[in-house]
Amino acid sequence: MSTYSSKLVENAVNELAKLPGIGRKTALRLALHLLKQEKAEVELLGTSIIKMRADAIFCKVCHNISDNEICTICNNQKRNRSVICVVEDIRDVMAIENTSQFNGLYHVLGGIISPLDGIGPNDLTINKLADRLKGKEVVEIILALSATIEGDTTNFYLYKRLKEFDILFTTIARGVSVGDELEYTDEITLGRSIINRQPFEGLNNR
Amino acid sequence: MYLEKISLYNFKNYRSAEMEFSPKINCFIGDNAAGKTNLLDAIYYLSFCKSYFNSIDNQNIRHDEEYFSILGKYIVNGDKNDSIQCVQRRNQKKSFKLNKKEYERLADHIGLYPLVMISPYDRDLINEGSEVRRRFIDSVISQFDKVYLDDLINYNKVLQHRNVLLKMFADQNYFDAGSIEIWDRQLADLGHKIYPKRKTFLENYIPIFNRYFQIISNGKEVVTIDYDSHLSGRGMEELLAIALSKDRLLKYTTVGIHKDDLNFQLGGHPIKKFGSQGQQKSFIIAVRLAQYEYIMQLKGYKPVMLLDDIFDKLDARRVEQLIKLTSDNRFGQVFITDTQRERIEHLLEKIDIDHKIFDIRNGEAFEIKDQDLQNIPT
Repeated sequence: MSTYSSKLVENAVNELAKLPGIGRKTALRLALHLLKQEKAEVELLGTSIIKMRADAIFCKVCHNISDNEICTICNNQKRNRSVICVVEDIRDVMAIENTSQFNGLYHVLGGIISPLDGIGPNDLTINKLADRLKGKEVVEIILALSATIEGDTTNFYLYKRLKEFDILFTTIARGVSVGDELEYTDEITLGRSIINRQPFEGLNNR
Repeated sequence: MYLEKISLYNFKNYRSAEMEFSPKINCFIGDNAAGKTNLLDAIYYLSFCKSYFNSIDNQNIRHDEEYFSILGKYIVNGDKNDSIQCVQRRNQKKSFKLNKKEYERLADHIGLYPLVMISPYDRDLINEGSEVRRRFIDSVISQFDKVYLDDLINYNKVLQHRNVLLKMFADQNYFDAGSIEIWDRQLADLGHKIYPKRKTFLENYIPIFNRYFQIISNGKEVVTIDYDSHLSGRGMEELLAIALSKDRLLKYTTVGIHKDDLNFQLGGHPIKKFGSQGQQKSFIIAVRLAQYEYIMQLKGYKPVMLLDDIFDKLDARRVEQLIKLTSDNRFGQVFITDTQRERIEHLLEKIDIDHKIFDIRNGEAFEIKDQDLQNIPT
């Protein structure tokens, strides 16, 4: 590719195009945009990326992204330390935090078991999770993994691995989305919702 | 339910065609490669969102054109008008609409406008491997049971994971029972949902098949279809446990519903080896007609029937019997292709039934009206 008049621009485009969701055209647009900005602006962007990569670490306890050895969630004494919500990756932590409905702690697995993708139980942070349960502080594990075959299988593996501890295992509910009309719900989801129906206890079920 | 009208643009060898059909018998007459079967395929598209012959949608666009479109107008319950449209632009996602509303998932459409096709390729059911026969079972059940289809897709996914794991362990000279066990559990769970549904389907289906075979063969021969499954004797967990050492050696899963098969026998011998051409043909027709009746019983209305090159399978007397079944109201709308015009005309003369005949020539369709018939020298 020698269509760029500047080798410097070409290098920048090549690097930007490696990012997920960015093709060569978008990469060029971003590069040219950066060229138009004040140098100080662009330096700020550059150093923030370098600093993030160099300094950001994963929480020793839950493997969430963190600035310190222990993340702000694990460090927060106001949170309920008896419940751990197990998730696949950091994006899931953010998603659940945004709901403001959960005040316990997290555990980030770093993936789900999927031999087709070459991911086995040993590639995940399952041993670390087992260590956390030894303290007897935890009474409930919430399994919040994707509703896929791989997610289900990982749930089952975790249950088998951790059932020696005297704790309650729960999974997030699956079924009709809030605000959805039944008519437009797909048959598989609706079918499962009927099978896994819940006792109605006033309006608390909503 | 029947197809009242179809419009094609750039579909296979058709540039543009519009046809209005009879609710009963429709015949497409023409030479080889004129486009008779392509018309059947267009009708097949409207029911199954895909081609019977070529699963690559782009290759069904007429050469050097940018898109194809198929528009069908159906009459449902006597007066309700449904329009189905399928548009495929080159290298784009297929658009499929019912009454101008785009489907979110094509699977939602399949089964709504049921159709059974009898084609020369059906001989694969007898001659090819067991996957063709499993696909036959699966395609019928999944037309009315979406959960079945979902379970089947998941079963196959779990199977793939387990096989990769077996291969990895064998290649690395290492084994972790815990890792295999979690997939076994999923496989067993799904297998035990799929097996009873296949079993129930076949228990209902096989008697219908036997009845049709008797009609077609005039009751002279004894045929049987047996459902052959590992799960008929043992549970899936047990099967997997017994087969584990074998599986580890062969690096794939040797037991389960993915090994199910149907045994077709004639007088106690496999029809593949001991059936004559004619017996095999009668057998296949009975398989399809029974499928037709099974779907009709479930849906409560008659599927569309496509008969591709039917004289290839049956002699004139048997085709006549078949068409009589239509006039007896056993079947609904039927589409037939044939290369010989006289043969079809002769047959329809004998039976008083509403019909239309179309002359197909090089990607164009012309309806032949009755008065034309007398004027055309044969």
